[in-house]
Amino acid sequence: MAVKVYGAAMSTATVRVLLCLEEMGAEYELVPIDFSTGEHKSPPHVARNPFGQVPAFEDGDLMLFESRAISRYVLRKYKASGPDLLREGSLEESAMVDVWLEVEAQQYDKAISAIYIETVIKPVFFGGVPDEKVVAESAEKLGKVLDVYEARLSKSKYLAGDFLSFADLSHIPYTHHIVAGPQASLFESRPHVKAWWESLASRPAYKKVTTGTPTS
Amino acid sequence: MAVKVYGKPQAVCPQRVMHCLVEKGVPFEFVLVDIDAMEHKRPEYMEKHPFGQVPFIADGDFELFESRAIVRYFAAKYADRGPNLLGRTAEERAKVEQWLDVEAISYSPCAFTIVFNLFLLPIRGLPGNKGEAVAAMEKLDKVLEVYEKQLSRTKYLAGDEFTLADLTHIPVTRYIVEHCGLAYLLDDKPHAKAWWEDVSRRPAWKKVMSFVASGASFYAP
Repeated sequence: MAVKVYGAAMSTATVRVLLCLEEMGAEYELVPIDFSTGEHKSPPHVARNPFGQVPAFEDGDLMLFESRAISRYVLRKYKASGPDLLREGSLEESAMVDVWLEVEAQQYDKAISAIYIETVIKPVFFGGVPDEKVVAESAEKLGKVLDVYEARLSKSKYLAGDFLSFADLSHIPYTHHIVAGPQASLFESRPHVKAWWESLASRPAYKKVTTGTPTS
Repeated sequence: MAVKVYGKPQAVCPQRVMHCLVEKGVPFEFVLVDIDAMEHKRPEYMEKHPFGQVPFIADGDFELFESRAIVRYFAAKYADRGPNLLGRTAEERAKVEQWLDVEAISYSPCAFTIVFNLFLLPIRGLPGNKGEAVAAMEKLDKVLEVYEKQLSRTKYLAGDEFTLADLTHIPVTRYIVEHCGLAYLLDDKPHAKAWWEDVSRRPAWKKVMSFVASGASFYAP
């Protein structure tokens, strides 16, 4: 039985899980959750994700939420049929993957998600106008984080080491949208970050999952 | 060579790491980083931790930062001793990771905002932002309602055994309950309250609190 992902194309967290499924060549069914009708807060969906968020994930009797936890489960389940993105054969390599996943979730995500909300979600879904002050402050924060990434990526090919890992891929969902807008300059102006991003964006799984998702 | 934990012993994230080490019976040396003097933002420290935060650890030559990555590392390295902190099957592991992410993304940001405004700033003689604290309390209350539902089904967050998913909550929750006067948030949530009383009474956690109070530098099991 194929696994099920309950989510939405505009949900960066849903895209994170889909990327991992595609990287591992897994069969899955995407069940759309309609935010415009409040389906994400309906009892059937809250039974899957008690915070009323997306994605939720079903594999037989197992129901999971939190996109990074789901992604790790997927990467382990299909380990035999795709790249080794968690490096769990090595205590130290897997620890480095965990470090940069934490950095993504804590430092990177906080800055970039604010830009995404102002410049994509507000205009596209609410017909609103970006708060330029918030955008500018978030861009400055993101720039500082990217300075650390530039230094890191000048020493190792990818974030956790010289190997591609889930820590790198986890950055894709938000970054995909931001590099389509004026804040692309934050990435363009940092040569190692730029090369790193171009490497991620050239992956077939990336192209497959992001085709059709609006970037503005 | 003993594990070295760099940080301030009263700080939440270093306490998470110490708790994991004590649960696993791993000796360590605690090396003070003088946060009040902004030592963590000086170039020498930021060579090790590019974001200038605590904790930072050295396990022999291997160095790590981010407390949740650190506890995962030690839980895996010492999987064969002490309590099983990572789950026994792929499904259990996924549940542990699910609740670790909930703690990081939904629980701790609210909890930290409360502790910052109702405790950390006042003890430095600075005014906390009451509005921010109240908004965070309302959010935390809603998050705790979800916890109450889960904990009415399982004894601990990820299942019927104590895991990393419970462990990472303990230090900040202690501040909320003991230093911010918010124990009442648990009063209408009997299962969450029982969970808190259980995890906060773990012998390993009590040892961490004694160690912090003692001002000692070396912990031996």
